Amino acid sequence: MLATLRAALERRSRARVHTLAEQVERQSYLLPRARLDDLIQLLIARGYRVQGPTLRDGAIVLGPLRSDRDLPIGFTDEQRAGHYRVVPRQDVAVFGYVVGPHSFKAELLRPAQTLFRAKREAKRVRFIAEAVDDSPLCLFGARACDLAAIEVQDGVLRDSQHPDAFYAARRAASCIVAVGCTQSAPTCFCASMGTGPAPTRGYDLALTELIGDAGHRFVVAVGTRLGADLVGELGLALVPADDADLARAALRDTRRNMRKSLETTGLQEMLAAAANHPHWDDVAARCLACTNCTQVCPTCFCVGVEDRVSLDGSETERVRHWDSCFSAEYSKLHGGAVRASVRARYRQWLTHKLSTWFDQFGRSGCVGCGRCITFCPAAIDLTEEVQALRAPVSARTRARGDSSNGN
Amino acid sequence: MSVAAQLAMLPRSMRVRRFIRENHDTFTLELDPGEPFVFRPGQFNMLHVPGVGESAISISGDAAKPEVLVHTIREVGDVTRHLGRLRPGDELGVRGPFGVGWPVERALGQDLVIVAGGIGLAPLRPVLYYALKHTRVIRNVFLAYGARSPKDMLFAKDLKRFQRRGLNVAATVDRWGEGWTGRIGVVTKLLENMPYEPRSTIAMVCGPEVMIRFTARVLEQVGMQSSDIWVTLERNMKCGVGTCGHCQLGSVLLCRDGPVVPYPKAAPLLNVREL
Repeated sequence: MLATLRAALERRSRARVHTLAEQVERQSYLLPRARLDDLIQLLIARGYRVQGPTLRDGAIVLGPLRSDRDLPIGFTDEQRAGHYRVVPRQDVAVFGYVVGPHSFKAELLRPAQTLFRAKREAKRVRFIAEAVDDSPLCLFGARACDLAAIEVQDGVLRDSQHPDAFYAARRAASCIVAVGCTQSAPTCFCASMGTGPAPTRGYDLALTELIGDAGHRFVVAVGTRLGADLVGELGLALVPADDADLARAALRDTRRNMRKSLETTGLQEMLAAAANHPHWDDVAARCLACTNCTQVCPTCFCVGVEDRVSLDGSETERVRHWDSCFSAEYSKLHGGAVRASVRARYRQWLTHKLSTWFDQFGRSGCVGCGRCITFCPAAIDLTEEVQALRAPVSARTRARGDSSNGN
Repeated sequence: MSVAAQLAMLPRSMRVRRFIRENHDTFTLELDPGEPFVFRPGQFNMLHVPGVGESAISISGDAAKPEVLVHTIREVGDVTRHLGRLRPGDELGVRGPFGVGWPVERALGQDLVIVAGGIGLAPLRPVLYYALKHTRVIRNVFLAYGARSPKDMLFAKDLKRFQRRGLNVAATVDRWGEGWTGRIGVVTKLLENMPYEPRSTIAMVCGPEVMIRFTARVLEQVGMQSSDIWVTLERNMKCGVGTCGHCQLGSVLLCRDGPVVPYPKAAPLLNVREL
């Protein structure tokens, strides 16, 4: 198992090697719409399991792509706080929507992952390592915010003192075909977080969709040797200058038209000092502690563990599963939950995301994808909560907060 | 990387060599680690009882004796209760050691003040073992230990031995109990009679959060630098390696950045309710 992991990592590092000359020469290529499926078929032929956006149960979710017909062609999504609908478009755009309830987190940090198995024989206990899954995986249609989210999780799970073997193996085995966003939802605020809407790094290939008089086509940017290989094998031509300009302009327009933003200046310090802000009570009165925001968040990495035991108790499977700081169980210590109130749990989530993530991992934990806004059943919008928290706390409130600690 | 990553999450099977009943709700397990188990005082392991679960437990043994791994455990939940049913010959899973330990080297040439409350003495016992071996280079060692009642006292025999061998040991209980002729009152009272030199002392404190706050206040009042006070903090832990999120206490991931932290880092965290 370790050998296969090592092999996957080596394969990956080889794929990531590109010389400075190649970087400088990095070019964009033209992929006609009619040949999009060739890219998918090439990936499949190379052994990749291709996961990308598909339409299912009225939502655009990530699922297996067997051909371009599995993509939600001609559909878009309506999003606002607490609202999500998929509706038909006027055109046949392939990527004419933004991000949905799923994120590629589910592929890299599996919602449930067996860590090991234990076998009990009389007094003896044997622990059996679980094989990592390093089968080739293609994350198809990742948006700039998704790429940023993967980078955030890399920082937590892969580039730590004790890297997570399961995450690292899947990450090393994944090929990323990104998509530049040519439209945004009212919930998107990646521009203000510095993460989008244009993919800038962390992809093998990045597509920007163009529809117009010159036809339906994609401008393809190459990010890695692997990406260059794929483009070479497809025999794509260099993109005409006009199309390169159009793609750049489309991404620029998306940025320009993005209405929502999160003011990040001084945010880390502001939240670090806001533990006793009265607004936490306000948001706690609306928050249902349902954990939706943490489940749709592409960076939330918290996991719990459980032992699944055979009826006779001789075999145990240790399983890790997604957890949420919004559940009471999450902070349970002997004597009960540390964060008994929803106020404390919302404060934990928001403060971690936007402030203590810097202390712990050197960057923000929010990429501005807006999923937590769309999928909050109470329509809580973190950008608005931050605004409210920026209102100065009166000296009296501060004092009241401190004295409540009852030394 | 891959090997370390696997080892961090995969328990090693270890056999219980001895089971020692310490008091009505606390016991010590001496485990056979197979190969020498190297750790720093203050570090912890994740102990796994298959089918029940895993718990973060500090190491209470002597770091100079890596051939035996010692854990002292209070029965407060499912996992710890099941750990309490293990007997010599039984096996359990061990992952670790994890976390940042006590800065014991800082005590060299200084006075060392150790303040423990209840089960908080367990993660400090490795420091006491260390101090015993360095009595010539640590000026004076003071242990202030507080328990709820005499029947909750831990390591009574050890404490007598430490006293005989030159450490200054003082104990107190919150409530009197049968046979107790010692002091009654909070642990900070014991510090008043200890002739340590505040300007050249290192303090290590482990116990309930409220005890930590009061102890630090007393030590600061007599002139100790806040940065010379080290404390341990506790939160729920699932992974031990900084990737499950559970042990967050504000900016600190306790399993990775703690459980031992300098007091200036701990103080603001202890001042916020439900953090």
